[in-house]
Amino acid sequence: MSDATFSDHYGVLRDALPGQGLPWLSRLRESALAEFSAKGLPTPRQESWKYTSLRPLEKVGFGATGAPRACISIDRAPSLLPAASDSHRLVFVDGHHRADLSTLGTLPAGAELTTLREMLAKDPDWLEAQLGSLSGDSDQPLLALNTAMMMNGFVLRLAEGTVLHDPIEVIHLGGAGDRPLAYHPRNLIVLAPRSQATLIEHYTHMGEQPYYANSGTEVSLADGAVLHHYKLQADALNAFHTATVHAEVAANALYDAFGMTTGARLSRNEIAVRLTGEGANCHLNGAYLVRGDQHCDNTTKIDHLVPNTACSEVFKGVVDDQARAVFQGKITVHRDAQHTNGHQLSKVLLLSDKAEIDTKPELEIYADDVVCSHGATAGDLDHDALFYLRARGIPEKAARAMLIEAFLAESVHNIAAQGICPALMASIGHWLADRRGEL
Amino acid sequence: MLEIKNLHATVDGKEILKGIDLTVKAGEVHAIMGPNGSGKSTLSYVLSGREGYEVTEGEVTFKGKNLLEMAPEERAGEGVFLAFQYPVEIPGVPNTTFLKEALNSVRRYRGEGELDAMQFVKLVRTKTKMLHMSDDMLKRAVNVGFSGGEKKRNEALQMAVLEPSLAILDETDSGLDIDALKTVSESVNLLRSPDNALLVITHYQRLLDYIVPDHVHVLAGGRIRASGGKELALELEKTGYAEFASGAAA
Repeated sequence: MSDATFSDHYGVLRDALPGQGLPWLSRLRESALAEFSAKGLPTPRQESWKYTSLRPLEKVGFGATGAPRACISIDRAPSLLPAASDSHRLVFVDGHHRADLSTLGTLPAGAELTTLREMLAKDPDWLEAQLGSLSGDSDQPLLALNTAMMMNGFVLRLAEGTVLHDPIEVIHLGGAGDRPLAYHPRNLIVLAPRSQATLIEHYTHMGEQPYYANSGTEVSLADGAVLHHYKLQADALNAFHTATVHAEVAANALYDAFGMTTGARLSRNEIAVRLTGEGANCHLNGAYLVRGDQHCDNTTKIDHLVPNTACSEVFKGVVDDQARAVFQGKITVHRDAQHTNGHQLSKVLLLSDKAEIDTKPELEIYADDVVCSHGATAGDLDHDALFYLRARGIPEKAARAMLIEAFLAESVHNIAAQGICPALMASIGHWLADRRGEL
Repeated sequence: MLEIKNLHATVDGKEILKGIDLTVKAGEVHAIMGPNGSGKSTLSYVLSGREGYEVTEGEVTFKGKNLLEMAPEERAGEGVFLAFQYPVEIPGVPNTTFLKEALNSVRRYRGEGELDAMQFVKLVRTKTKMLHMSDDMLKRAVNVGFSGGEKKRNEALQMAVLEPSLAILDETDSGLDIDALKTVSESVNLLRSPDNALLVITHYQRLLDYIVPDHVHVLAGGRIRASGGKELALELEKTGYAEFASGAAA
């Protein structure tokens, strides 16, 4: 049985895991392992996993990623930024940090960007207070699995008022192993008051082997802090990708997230945001393009805990062939959270009769003076627009591609870090070019 | 150039066109006038190949080719242009991207070389100047947030850029104030040449003061009821379509 297999990884990995001499970490890992062993992988019997089955993941039989394979060489890290732009870059291959490919550059005073492994050596007491503090009893077996097995990841810590001008890039390359591997990146972002950063995560692949990346990320934004958090998940089509994010946003802080999914056989992005201070704001936006047998799940949960907080959520997707997408968005406005402003929108283009979207918006409102809305649409391309383009001489396939690109372009162009727009538009363009024969 | 013979067409199973015969020669301007619901817009959509308009009988040839067998984009490539009564808004597609893609698609179809960005910008500049259009309208998404007049100007711009040999103007005067009507008409008139033809579909005579037709036809009840010179349009302005209403029911 597969749960046992993943649990067994712990025995295999134990000696390779970082932080061996830290009793608190061993306790954290072992209690997480116990939780995962007791619950097992989530199944559609659980409400929040109703539309996503991990059965295909169980069938592969992943091994644990132990020591990094030597002699894997790549010329250039696949950056989403234009050539010659400045960034602070960390590169991981199959979950292992590659110092030779990483270029941290010069960080301003008050900024620390390092790996989890290094931080465990450098400041374990600080990590003890942080790791798992935001995700405590979240009832998320995949995060528990991550906590038990976390091998490495990145840590970003900004002191009060520190503003990073250049973006941070974290690049994950999977599939380089000689057999199917599972790995569990664990990331920590802690921004002190009024500090600011832009983070770009890029998940992609270099080898042929299936892989399973199961990441966990905790984001803590103190008063007035700003984090722009972008992610392109362009994993291999035989890969599996699950990511769990917990963010806590204090007064007047902004968590601005945009995630685009084009890759992975099966993926789930699960983001939970708690708005804990007045004036806290979050944007959770996303775009996805899936086809073939792909399954893409975006699950979000936003808690408005105090008065005068805001959230906006726009997810746009394109689903082709027999691919399936899931959007679950829960917004809870707690009793004291008066004057909450919350807006959610899910829009999907279904390009084939077998394509499927399961949308589950949930608004739970316990305060009486709030402005909240949600909407969801699913459908084909606009026939009038298609005819208009064709009547001007644009062939049907090109016209369809133009309309699909336009549908997603709005989301991409709304993001603050304009530097990555060309790369995101290019990945939409490649997807469409691949599809052109069949659109 | 355009030959329509005994054209019957249905929409949702309902027969709208009931046997249209019309011949348009190169160099001519034909006006099709008629009351609401007479089939004027249906005719324009059938000619441009819109889905949902089913031809049940008859034939249409354009420059000797069977027009009805062609996809809408092929018709555009052959030189048919429909100026829409209600131009469609397309969020996310900048007007200039759309124009360039359209022009180069048509040029590819015609075996002409594509224009590069510089050549295209130069061409469009001359056309926008002629139509008194701001560059801002090129940057905005196609027809999104355009006023009624701006939409019609944008149709005229597309026509000027694509240089069709047969332009079908579907109620182009609706929503236009008198200044815009003049500007749009001027740009349409520039297209008039011994090689080109115009089919002007309109409810009112007003447009025909600016785009003067050689032939005027009255379409009512899915058939052409009367044909004549430009004086027929003036007559209709006085008498209205009432005398054709009974015929429409027949």
